[in-house]
Amino acid sequence: MSYVPMCLGNPGKKSYVPMCLKRKQDYKFFKINPMGTNKKLSIFIRKEFYHILRDRRTLLILLGMPAVLVLLFGFAISNEIKNADIGVLDYAQNDQSQRLTQRLSASEYFTLALPLHSTQEIEEAFRAGSIKMAVVLPPKFGEETARGLPGSLQLIADGTDPNTATTLSNYASAIIGDFLQEQQPLQQQPMVIQTEVRMLYNAGLKSVFMFVPGVMTVILMLVSAMMTSIAITREKEVGTMEVLLASPLPPPLIVIGKVIPYILLALANTAVILLLGTEVFGMPIRGNYALLWLECFLFVLTALSLGILISTRTDSQQVAMLFSLMVLMLPTILLSGFIFPIESMPLPLQVISNIIPAKWFIIILKDVMLKGGGMELVWQETLILLGMTVFFIALSVRSFNIRLA
Amino acid sequence: MIQTQNLRKSYGTTPALRGINLQVQPGELFGLIGPDGAGKTTLIRILATLLLADEGSAQLDHKDVVADYRAIRRSIGYMPGRFSLYQDLTVEENLTFFATIFGTTIEENYELIRDIYVQLEPFKDRRAGKLSGGMKQKLALCCALIHKPTVLLLDEPTTGVDPVSRQEFWEMLQRLKAKNITILVSTPYMDEASLCDRVALMQDGAILQVDEPDSIVNSYDKPLLAVKTANIYQLIQDLRQFEPAHTVFPFGEYVHLSLKSVVWPELIHGYLLDRGHADIEIKQAMPTIEDIFMEKSQV
Repeated sequence: MSYVPMCLGNPGKKSYVPMCLKRKQDYKFFKINPMGTNKKLSIFIRKEFYHILRDRRTLLILLGMPAVLVLLFGFAISNEIKNADIGVLDYAQNDQSQRLTQRLSASEYFTLALPLHSTQEIEEAFRAGSIKMAVVLPPKFGEETARGLPGSLQLIADGTDPNTATTLSNYASAIIGDFLQEQQPLQQQPMVIQTEVRMLYNAGLKSVFMFVPGVMTVILMLVSAMMTSIAITREKEVGTMEVLLASPLPPPLIVIGKVIPYILLALANTAVILLLGTEVFGMPIRGNYALLWLECFLFVLTALSLGILISTRTDSQQVAMLFSLMVLMLPTILLSGFIFPIESMPLPLQVISNIIPAKWFIIILKDVMLKGGGMELVWQETLILLGMTVFFIALSVRSFNIRLA
Repeated sequence: MIQTQNLRKSYGTTPALRGINLQVQPGELFGLIGPDGAGKTTLIRILATLLLADEGSAQLDHKDVVADYRAIRRSIGYMPGRFSLYQDLTVEENLTFFATIFGTTIEENYELIRDIYVQLEPFKDRRAGKLSGGMKQKLALCCALIHKPTVLLLDEPTTGVDPVSRQEFWEMLQRLKAKNITILVSTPYMDEASLCDRVALMQDGAILQVDEPDSIVNSYDKPLLAVKTANIYQLIQDLRQFEPAHTVFPFGEYVHLSLKSVVWPELIHGYLLDRGHADIEIKQAMPTIEDIFMEKSQV
């Protein structure tokens, strides 16, 4: 890093020392001839790239993982249900029941797997796993409703998977509700409150909108925090840190040199995830691109500062990795609101979630990408992340050892 | 060039250095001789500004290792005990890297490393991790030398290296000494002591003796015999029972026996015959550093 003093007032004056470097020690920290420092930093970064590029397996994981995770979440791990197999036990066998059955199977959510003929068969079909839900239409279905009386039908769902069961019965209820409404002229309807639901920012309730920010957060955390903490502790473990420390390289330069390649890598991963999210899954980016990238860069810095902090406290790659996984990755996945909504957590966990950087980053991402918000919407979250970054960097500078042990 | 005053260092409750006082003159090839655990590495790391002593102080070229550590880091060449270069970088990349971080280039100081580097040159595109042990040490020495240090601190550079490479390594150190570089080198091999200008014998964190190798050897004042029989193991056991024996330890194919006072060889011969030894051979032995070491550590 070359340190060029910023002099706003009189740029020509060379002896200017910025306020933050007034203490003699601070000044010494940076006082190496700038030209030489540039060269040192660039060879350090080059060296770091050799390490990354020559470790093929890690490189493959680093570059392939984002794509795999996004595709995996996008196609396989989805809480939307499409084409669920259902069975219909139709006791009515009339015009109305036929139309409802057709309506159900015509929707993208359900596929009519098999006609059922008795309650016994329902049980058997569930046991065999051939259907996820059964619809039982009573005899004379539709006749009561036609006369303006409340009618009924039965939905039977597989409770071993509560999420799917709830989702399916909700879908079915909605379709049936629509169907009944169409059957009757409006004036005949009893006085009921019509709820008009509109899902803002994500009208289709697509889960992609949820997991793209989530996966991005996890990947950036992984690449930035875990990989840097491993890369720095590797130097300690192999013994090269000893040689670097005994050299005239200033310790901040060692850390910056190690970290820059991972910043680039993390940003490349961001690009891949955003591209896949928008092109393959139709995720919108309604906000400002520049703001989005700035926020990503900020979060990368937060994660890096955490990685550096971990590496200053550990001496082996294994410990650094375990520590990163346990202390960073798990909370990032579980407590950030990525998978489990924070609102439904017990209070202590809700409080803890506030110190998870990922939580704020996910909020920012959603605000910028989905709500199209600008700085006026996310400045609080941005400040929190910024504060965390400064805090972690200060902490790591304090605990970075200029000697062994 | 190097001074230490009463250096002490403990790891937890285990003392590593118990008051080290050392003076190394400019341009000297100085050896720290001692077995594993003697405290050699700790001492060198303190001098290399990598460890802080609990007590005492040390200076390199009149610069304090704690206060002026930045200045020292610019002027020393340090080679740690285990191979500490980048195994996934080639020979040339390693050398370029270390030259650059010291603010110099290979060309600028090529003169200094030429003798060593010519041997490495055929392998310059090979990854450092794929070099033989001897080659690795030569490369590490090149990297430690590339910025023309005034002081070289070498921690057991010849450990785990084949005898031919060890020989070559010491020849290189002699040539560097001729270029007026002060060299502090530690080694557990006693036979390497004679290659130094002066040596310090170290054990259990203390210096037993500092002198020129010849003077140390000449200071040996006990009668010393080399004994050999058909059964060496039994021989050691029996000699340790022998009343006039002072120290007994295996030395190559012989057993070195030092005596508390002069004893006729015939007496020893008879003693060993009584104990049932065959093929007895007893001869006068020239003391070596190892004998001194056994003698000193006996006390």
